[in-house]
Amino acid sequence: MDLDFEVTDLPESDHPEPGDVAPDFIRPLVGPEYWEDAALSEVVAEGPTLLVFHPMDGAFPTTYIWNAFDDHGFAEEVQVVGVSVSTPYAHRDLLEERAAGARLFSDLDAGVAAAYDVGNDLDGMEGVTEHRPAVFLLDADRAVQYAWVADEWPAFPDYEAIAAAIDEHV
Amino acid sequence: MSDTDDGITLYRLQACPFCERVVRALDDLDIEYESRFVEPMHSERNAVKRISGKRSVPALVDGNTGVTMSESANIVEYLERTYGDGGVA
Repeated sequence: MDLDFEVTDLPESDHPEPGDVAPDFIRPLVGPEYWEDAALSEVVAEGPTLLVFHPMDGAFPTTYIWNAFDDHGFAEEVQVVGVSVSTPYAHRDLLEERAAGARLFSDLDAGVAAAYDVGNDLDGMEGVTEHRPAVFLLDADRAVQYAWVADEWPAFPDYEAIAAAIDEHV
Repeated sequence: MSDTDDGITLYRLQACPFCERVVRALDDLDIEYESRFVEPMHSERNAVKRISGKRSVPALVDGNTGVTMSESANIVEYLERTYGDGGVA
């Protein structure tokens, strides 16, 4: 079947790889009941953490990714923490609809995207940089156990590979 | 999220003048604190109700003294009494 559409290639990313220590950051972290400043290092100190970068809340890749995470029940095995440029209020809605058991950082200025080199300048929208889909499995010291970063757009994580990484490292 | 066992936590709303009154008192007294922004919808503020017995903000938890309270006037008075000149802390 010859489908006449174009998948956009994204530039190469110098993102953290297994064996690297993931950059720390402080951003508002949204839970079911309130939001407060939190450091990634504080969160991962509580246990192995799946750090998930995703496009802004409401975009279809975000919906698909979190539905798949819910289906796989990752939050029952590790801490699951998302990051997008969306506001805490949008994050609250996302948590109510899906992303069961997860918490979500608000990276409004996409500064964390820059630190991880997973930024995506949203084509056709001036002044918007968000995150390309990316998944990092971190141990309690922020050491990267597994890393995946989208190299085209759209692209979705390999959920079976994530499950295998959790089985191997957690 | 982790519970705050020590230090001061302020449950607040964006642009809530009563909350800002408490913030001003905390700043005037040079007191460190952490902010938790809660739900705008009063009926959904169960986190606040659990700690203070009611859903109103501001609500302050002082892990140093074990005090939890709401009502900005009461909180400001408490802060001045506890941390102001001649305070006991």
